[in-house]
Amino acid sequence: MDRFHEKDISGCGIIGIMEQSGKRFSGRDIITSIASMRERANGLGGGFAAYGIYPEFKRDWCFHMMFENKSAMVQTEEYIRDNYKIVKDEIIPTKEDKSIKYRPLLWRYFLQPKEEKKKLHYDITEEDFVAKTVIEINTRISGAFVASSGKNMGVFKGVGYPEDIGRFYRLEEYEAYIWTAHGRFPTNTVGWWGGAHPFGLLDWSVIHNGEISSYGINKRFLLNYGYVCAFFTDTEVITYLFDLLVRKHKLSFEVAADILTAPFWDDIERQSEEKREISQALRIIYGSALVNGPFSVIVANTNTMVGLNDRIKLRPLVAATSGNKLYIASEESAIREVCPTPDEVWMPKAGEPVIGRLKGKNG
Amino acid sequence: MAKRPTPTEFIIERDEGKCIACQVCVRMCSNDAHSYDPETDTVTSDSTKCVGCHFCETICPTGAIIIKRNPSEFKLNANWSAQVIRNITKQAETSGVLLTGMGCDKPYPVYWDHIVLNASQVTNPSIDPLREPMELRTYIGRKPDRIELTAHSPQSTEKNKIPSAMDYRLLTKLSPQLKLETPILFSAMSYGSISLNACISLARAAKEIGTFYNTGEGGLHKDLYEYGAHTIVQVASGRFGVHREYLEAGAAIEIKIGQGAKPGIGGHLPGEKVSEEISQTRMIPVGTDALSPAPHHDIYSIEDLKQLIFALKEATRYSKPVGVKISAVHNVAPIASGIVRAGADFVAIDGLRGGTGAAPTVIRDNVGIPIELAIAAVDNRLREEGIRNQASLIAAGGIRSSSDVIKAIALGADAVYIGTAALVAMGCNLCQRCYTGKCNWGIATQDPYLTKRLNPDIGTRRLVNLLRAWSLEIKEMLGGMGINAIESLRGNREQLRGVGLSDTDLKLLGIKPAGEAW
Amino acid sequence: MVKRIYIREEYCMGCRLCEVHCLVQHSKTKNIIKAYKGEYPKPIPRIIVEEKGYVSFALQCRHCEDAPCLEACITGAMYRDKKTGAVLCDEDKCIGCWMCIMVCPFGVISRNIEGKKIASKCDLCVGEEVPVCVKNCPNEAIVCEEEK
Repeated sequence: MDRFHEKDISGCGIIGIMEQSGKRFSGRDIITSIASMRERANGLGGGFAAYGIYPEFKRDWCFHMMFENKSAMVQTEEYIRDNYKIVKDEIIPTKEDKSIKYRPLLWRYFLQPKEEKKKLHYDITEEDFVAKTVIEINTRISGAFVASSGKNMGVFKGVGYPEDIGRFYRLEEYEAYIWTAHGRFPTNTVGWWGGAHPFGLLDWSVIHNGEISSYGINKRFLLNYGYVCAFFTDTEVITYLFDLLVRKHKLSFEVAADILTAPFWDDIERQSEEKREISQALRIIYGSALVNGPFSVIVANTNTMVGLNDRIKLRPLVAATSGNKLYIASEESAIREVCPTPDEVWMPKAGEPVIGRLKGKNG
Repeated sequence: MAKRPTPTEFIIERDEGKCIACQVCVRMCSNDAHSYDPETDTVTSDSTKCVGCHFCETICPTGAIIIKRNPSEFKLNANWSAQVIRNITKQAETSGVLLTGMGCDKPYPVYWDHIVLNASQVTNPSIDPLREPMELRTYIGRKPDRIELTAHSPQSTEKNKIPSAMDYRLLTKLSPQLKLETPILFSAMSYGSISLNACISLARAAKEIGTFYNTGEGGLHKDLYEYGAHTIVQVASGRFGVHREYLEAGAAIEIKIGQGAKPGIGGHLPGEKVSEEISQTRMIPVGTDALSPAPHHDIYSIEDLKQLIFALKEATRYSKPVGVKISAVHNVAPIASGIVRAGADFVAIDGLRGGTGAAPTVIRDNVGIPIELAIAAVDNRLREEGIRNQASLIAAGGIRSSSDVIKAIALGADAVYIGTAALVAMGCNLCQRCYTGKCNWGIATQDPYLTKRLNPDIGTRRLVNLLRAWSLEIKEMLGGMGINAIESLRGNREQLRGVGLSDTDLKLLGIKPAGEAW
Repeated sequence: MVKRIYIREEYCMGCRLCEVHCLVQHSKTKNIIKAYKGEYPKPIPRIIVEEKGYVSFALQCRHCEDAPCLEACITGAMYRDKKTGAVLCDEDKCIGCWMCIMVCPFGVISRNIEGKKIASKCDLCVGEEVPVCVKNCPNEAIVCEEEK
């Protein structure tokens, strides 16, 4: 089976924890929390995203790489060296775990694009240049996969139950201000390491529980804006949609949510005139970016963590706060496992985003 | 010289046991196929005059009449069919171009019938449209690449205060859009080719459903101005009936370059049909032929089209969408791309099976490509060029059912035009004799004896029923796929699979074969 | 409220199906084939389609408020049904003097001489929910509505 040409469909457990003050904390809690939702996974995929883990390299693009063989690594390094200065590279430290099998070679690189290459690509931003590299590696170099490519963040994922994956990557030794975790229950793909969640591109990470019925058009809508979906996964499409709307079109997460899970026309009719005008325009312009089908999703970037449900709430999502901490999860039990007495617990409404922001920053 | 009789196409069978000689058929047949003999008090029929419209069969109070195909057969020959022999005989008699009406009736593959839809099972709940919202609303018109809002200032994460779109001001000025409550419009059919009662039925139905009908190149009869908000006014090569009030009356303007039934040729409304009313509407003298040239003689290239598009936009002060209708030909994708770049707000594409009031049979049956392939090619091309959002795509030509509609949309159309289906709803049985002006159903005729047979109250009701039924079926199919807004299906070819199609067909349509998962 | 039959001549196509169905309704058997082919006296329709050129319309008794036929009837056969307001002819009482025909301003009462001589006129299809001419008009050119 061609792993790149299978669309991803899965049921899942998801959790995200954000310390909005920016204070970093260890990965122990997120492992404990996701372990409580073991029933929602089937051992075919688990993963984590962590923000703030490489403060000493926070200006460098960090690529978390998976290589299926040595030649993929050689090819990739050759390609990277052509375009980047490698500030540092090392094996991603892991711990033996009996339940984790057939692991690929895991390596990380801290990179700076070469000045001459930046000049050559004067017409695109540095972000776009990096994104291009990632897509190039993922689609052209067989056996190589970029798990994440942001600054001061990383994605740790693989085939197995998420808590085993977390221990395998020794996440309790890292400190981050945003942690997200995902336990996967795929219904169609044989689990492969790259296909586990989170999906990462630049500093975006996306974890997702659901099946996107609008996938076909979301993908083609993105094509109109130059995004080529290479992996046939829902997370990839959601990541690109956020990248387009938030990074390129400079819309807020709230507006992005109003596009991805647009209010119904009947509800729009009832809005105030001013708001109705905007809602109508959003649906008219971004109709093909409407994400249809059941999903709950947690999207994060350097400054923000957002939880979002589909427009008729067909998948679970619950949120809680405790001090500066924001929790978003598939199940309340997963939150209470690590935060027994939150200040507030609520069920976000369908299509209503829950947004955590770093204090003093704009998301 | 006596004409050699051509074998009749139909046989009128009259059950004498049932016939009560009430003469309803005699009074109703515009082709005089039935006659009454007072001496014997019997009604007899002349099958040679029958065109197969089935009006008499429908209206006979005792069901005494059955119209059948003539079972008389030539020696079986796969190459020289009865139709071929009949045509040659006719031309040998008349030396004329064979005329016909309606769309191509040749058995080209209908791709719709080789495409199947998806439905949700387990991993994705289906949605019941009778219990949950299911949205078909569609906007036709140019969409900008992105929205511009005033700079935002996100505030808190308190759950009670979710800043949303309301906290911004809209800077983007949207181009004019047509709002459709269901993604189906009535195709261009001119007053002239069809009766005023048929036009009124279409206009009223469009208004009631929340969609649009299209004037064709017939101008706008004074009685139709009140439906202007639901009218697309056409500007075609003859420019008949085009004047300021006409352009201002419509909700949108469509420049007609081509028609699926007769790509590359113009139109001809014979002088006999140009009555007082039609003369006034088309602005031509009574009894003169209305000849639409094959090309627009002010459009010999794409930049000329651009000038006309903007001339029309200027004339209407950029207040309404201006689109272009072309027939689907080999080069349809690059042509459509050029049209979008020339400033059209929508592109209507009429496929091989598109209908007509009158066209040379040889053109209708042999020129153009099927609409399915045209939609796929155009949608792909516009996306590859990153201009798909700049114009809406309306597909036309042989849309027969709600499933054709939904498949067209999934292939990439924004909406569809229906012409033939609308006529059938009003009574038409596709006898293909529209060009004779003797339509027994009162649709494709201007004869006052015949036009009154279409009561617009009934016509409207039947059209509204049809669109309601199709819309409900579309909602059911969408719900089955777990989708609750039509825009999530538009261009979503993942929801389609091909059955019995070649690899090339699948590639051109951009769909996977049935049996292949995501 | 009294229901009346209204004619929309712009949609009358002149097929005369109303006559056919009226005839059947007022036949003994109420079977269309028998009514035409087997009944004696031959039933006659109580509605007439008038035609000139392409203009045609169906006409039947208007059931006038101030009906001259009621005044003219010498036997009291012609009467008004109190419930429906319809003007009806009691065929048992009718002696076929045809005074009613003489005074009818619309000419919608006809002579029935197939059996016993009687006046024949529209009875709004007593017992039917909708008169059969209305029900069977293929183009809704005859409608039955509350009085306007």
